Amino acid sequence: MNKLFINKYCHIKNNKVFVDGELVFSNEEADSIKSFAKSLYRHLKPSYNKFFKMDEISKLGFLAAEVLLKDYDFSVYDEEDISIVLSNSHSTLLTDKKHQKTIDDNSNFFPSPSVFVYTLPNIMIGEISIRHKLRGENAFFIVENFNADLITNHINNLFLTHKSNAFVGGWVNQSENDFEAFLYFTSGKGDKGHNTNEINRLYNLIP
Amino acid sequence: MEKLIEKLKVEIIETLNLEDMEPDDIDAKEPLFGEGLGLDSIDALELIVLLEKEYGIKIQNPKDGQKVFFSLETMAKFIKENQK
Repeated sequence: MNKLFINKYCHIKNNKVFVDGELVFSNEEADSIKSFAKSLYRHLKPSYNKFFKMDEISKLGFLAAEVLLKDYDFSVYDEEDISIVLSNSHSTLLTDKKHQKTIDDNSNFFPSPSVFVYTLPNIMIGEISIRHKLRGENAFFIVENFNADLITNHINNLFLTHKSNAFVGGWVNQSENDFEAFLYFTSGKGDKGHNTNEINRLYNLIP
Repeated sequence: MEKLIEKLKVEIIETLNLEDMEPDDIDAKEPLFGEGLGLDSIDALELIVLLEKEYGIKIQNPKDGQKVFFSLETMAKFIKENQK
């Protein structure tokens, strides 16, 4: 086994959820990431109360991972054999701003601990890792645009240096007006090669 | 005291994002941490901020926290005793 293949992918975009290119959920009426995430949570029913304490981008990443991994049998891997490599362009900017508002005014200085703990995108990786017991390597890259080359290269390097045999990779982003998650699972089994062209092709299938 | 407990229930549900929970679901005598509501360490910090922000009360000795935040009833009692 010396090559990686894409086993499954999930794309959340424009209030719709696609798995392997097939539409599996939509909520056209949701007017925010908050209402969309709540409706998707109700649909998936993961019974995970901590979900409601997460910031919005962590909720988005958590739900994308839930869709991607919920029926996956990880028993063939050691716990440290699955790594996660994610990216986005806005880091946790909206949560950072929310935190900033609580410390702007010296006379009303009440930073919220539960907001502050989410002011790093790595926390989203932590939430996904706790939920799915992913104990391999992890990395979060901030880049201007979706960059399949960066993600595939990093994952392929981890694989070739025997750090892990299976990976969750992708993009989870939230800006003022939009949100999007594209996650995939890659391992030594499958028929779609794990390379930049294929990842770009899959990412661009949903316009 | 009853009025304060009811107010605290609403504030806690909102502050701690206890989705799906209504004020009537919370037993004022039930432990807030561990069993009962199952709150965690970040929730504990939020409760400290809540006391300071809404009631102007600072917990001076961290050891008191365990007693104060045992239940909603103990929290309400502490507020009554310490609010200026």
